Amino acid sequence: MIPGAFDYHRPATIEDAVTLLASLGEEASILAGGHSLIPLMKTRLASPDHLVDLSGIGNLKGITVAGGDIVIGAMTTQFELIASEDLARHIPIIAETSRLIADPQIRYKGTFGGNVANGDPGNDMPALMMALGATYRVHGPDGGRDVAAREFYHGAYYTALEHGEILTSVRIPVPPAGHGYAYEKLKRKVGDYATAAAAVVITMAGGTCTSASIGLTNVSETPLWASEASALLVGTRLDKPSVDAALAAAEAITNPASDMRGPAEYRTKMAGIMLRRALERARSRTEA
Amino acid sequence: MTKSHIELTINGRTVEALVEPRTLLIHFLREQQNLTGAHIGCDTGHCGACTVDMDDMSVKSCMTFAVQAHGASITTIEGVANADGTLSALQEGFRMMHGLQCGFCTPGMILRAHRLLQENPAPTEDEIRHGISGNLCRCTGYVNIVKSIQYAAAKINGTPFQEAAE
Ligand SMILES: Cc1cc2nc3c(=O)[nH]c(=O)nc-3n(C[C@H](O)[C@H](O)[C@H](O)COP(=O)(O)OP(=O)(O)OC[C@H]3O[C@@H](n4cnc5c(N)ncnc54)[C@H](O)[C@@H]3O)c2cc1C
Ligand code: FES
Ligand code: FES
Repeated sequence: MIPGAFDYHRPATIEDAVTLLASLGEEASILAGGHSLIPLMKTRLASPDHLVDLSGIGNLKGITVAGGDIVIGAMTTQFELIASEDLARHIPIIAETSRLIADPQIRYKGTFGGNVANGDPGNDMPALMMALGATYRVHGPDGGRDVAAREFYHGAYYTALEHGEILTSVRIPVPPAGHGYAYEKLKRKVGDYATAAAAVVITMAGGTCTSASIGLTNVSETPLWASEASALLVGTRLDKPSVDAALAAAEAITNPASDMRGPAEYRTKMAGIMLRRALERARSRTEA
Repeated sequence: MTKSHIELTINGRTVEALVEPRTLLIHFLREQQNLTGAHIGCDTGHCGACTVDMDDMSVKSCMTFAVQAHGASITTIEGVANADGTLSALQEGFRMMHGLQCGFCTPGMILRAHRLLQENPAPTEDEIRHGISGNLCRCTGYVNIVKSIQYAAAKINGTPFQEAAE
C-alpha cells in the first residue's frame, strides 16, 4: 500500500507552519506522529498534496505544571505521557489511558495532539479530555484561540479546527487530591480501538459522591461527555440504584455503529459495563 | 513532486539519499539500502515485523516516511551483532531458547526486545509480554520468545538465567 505523492515540509516555528498552511491551502495536511494519517494515506482515504510536519518545531513538546493546571504540548508522545512523573502525581488517569492505546511502538511516535485533533471517535484521549474539562489551544492565521474539549467534536473526523489551524497545547485542570479515577476499555486485542470505553473522575466525602465526570469512547460519531449521568451520581453514596440510573442515562446518549466490533445494542451495553467497572475502580481509589 | 534530500545514520554508517516523500521507511531500507532484515508483514502497523530502532525508540517502519527519519540514527537487525561478528546476547538467546521457527517476526522481535532491555534491564515475564505486545508471531506461541529475552537479560546482567514458567 503506497500513499499518493506529496511534497514534504518541515517548518521550524509555529508561525512558519501557520503561514505555510495558509499559502498551501486545502490540499495540505498537518503531520504529527503519522500513526493515524499514514494508514489513511496508504488506503488513499486521504491523499494530501502537501504534508506539513510539526516535528521540527521545538516548543510543541513537554508537560508543565502551571498553577492548578497541567499544560501538555501537542507533540508530546503517548510514551512521554506514560513516563511523566508530574502526570503520575497529579492526573494519573492520563497514563492509565495511554497504556491502553495501541502498542509500545505506536506510543513512541503517536502524539497527544494528534490523538485529540484527529477526530476519530475511536481515539481514546478525546473522551478523557472531555471528562477532565480540558481546553485546547489553537493557532491559526488570525492568532490564537481556546476551544473547550467538550465543544470540539462535531462529527466523525469533523472538529472545531478550521483548515490551517494547529492545535498547539492542551490545558487540563488538576483534579482535587484524593480524587478517584479509572479508564476502562473493552477491546478485542492489543492495538484495537475500543468496542466501548469509559473514563471516570470522581471525588467523595464521607462516603458521598461530591463530583463526577464521565466520558465515553467509540460509541457514537464523536466522543461523548455524559453530563446527565455524571450529575445523577453527585450527592449519592454510589449505591446500586444510583449507579444503575447513571448507567441508563449514559447508555441513552450512545449511538454506536454495528460493525466488526459487534452490533450496536451490544456496544451500548458494553459502554454501560465499562462505566460500571470504571466507577467501582474509581471509588476504590478515592481517599476517605 | 519534489524529492527530498535526507541524511541519517544506519547501523553506524552515515547515509545520504534522495527520496520521494511518500517512500515509507521500510521500503527505503529494503529497496534502496538493501537491508532486507526488517520485514513487511501486515503493512498496517499491527504486526511489528518491520520494527527498527530509531533515536532510541522502537518504530514500525511501515508507518513512517523515510523523510521523517532525516537526521535520525537507525539500527536494523543487520546492525545488532557484536563488533567482532559474534551474536549479540539477544541473538544468542533466540538461538539457544528456540525463540524462532520460520523467523519472519524475529528481526522485529529482537529490535523491540533490544529497546525494552535498554529501558528495563531486568523485566519480569509480565513486563516482557507487555513490552512485545506490538509484535505478532504466528509460529512460536511466544513462550520461547519470552525465554529468549530472559536469557539475554540474564547474560547482559551477569545473573543466573531463570526460565519462564510454562
Ligand atoms: C495499529 C494502530 C493501533 C492504534 N490503536 C489506537 C488506540 O487503541 N487508541 C487510540 O486512541 N489510537 C490508536 N491509534 C492511533 C494512534 O494513537 C495515533 O498516533 C493518534 O491517533 C494520532 O496521533 P499522531 O501523532 O500519530 O497523528 P497523525 O497521524 O500525524 O495526525 C492525525 C490527524 O490529526 C491531525 N493533526 C495531528 N496533529 C495536529 C495538531 N497538532 N494540530 C492540528 N491537527 C493535527 C493530522 O493532520 C491528521 O489529520 C492506533 C494506530 C495504529 C497504527
Ligand atoms: S509490517 Fe509494519 S507493523 Fe506489520
Ligand atoms: S517465528 Fe514464524 S512468525 Fe514468529
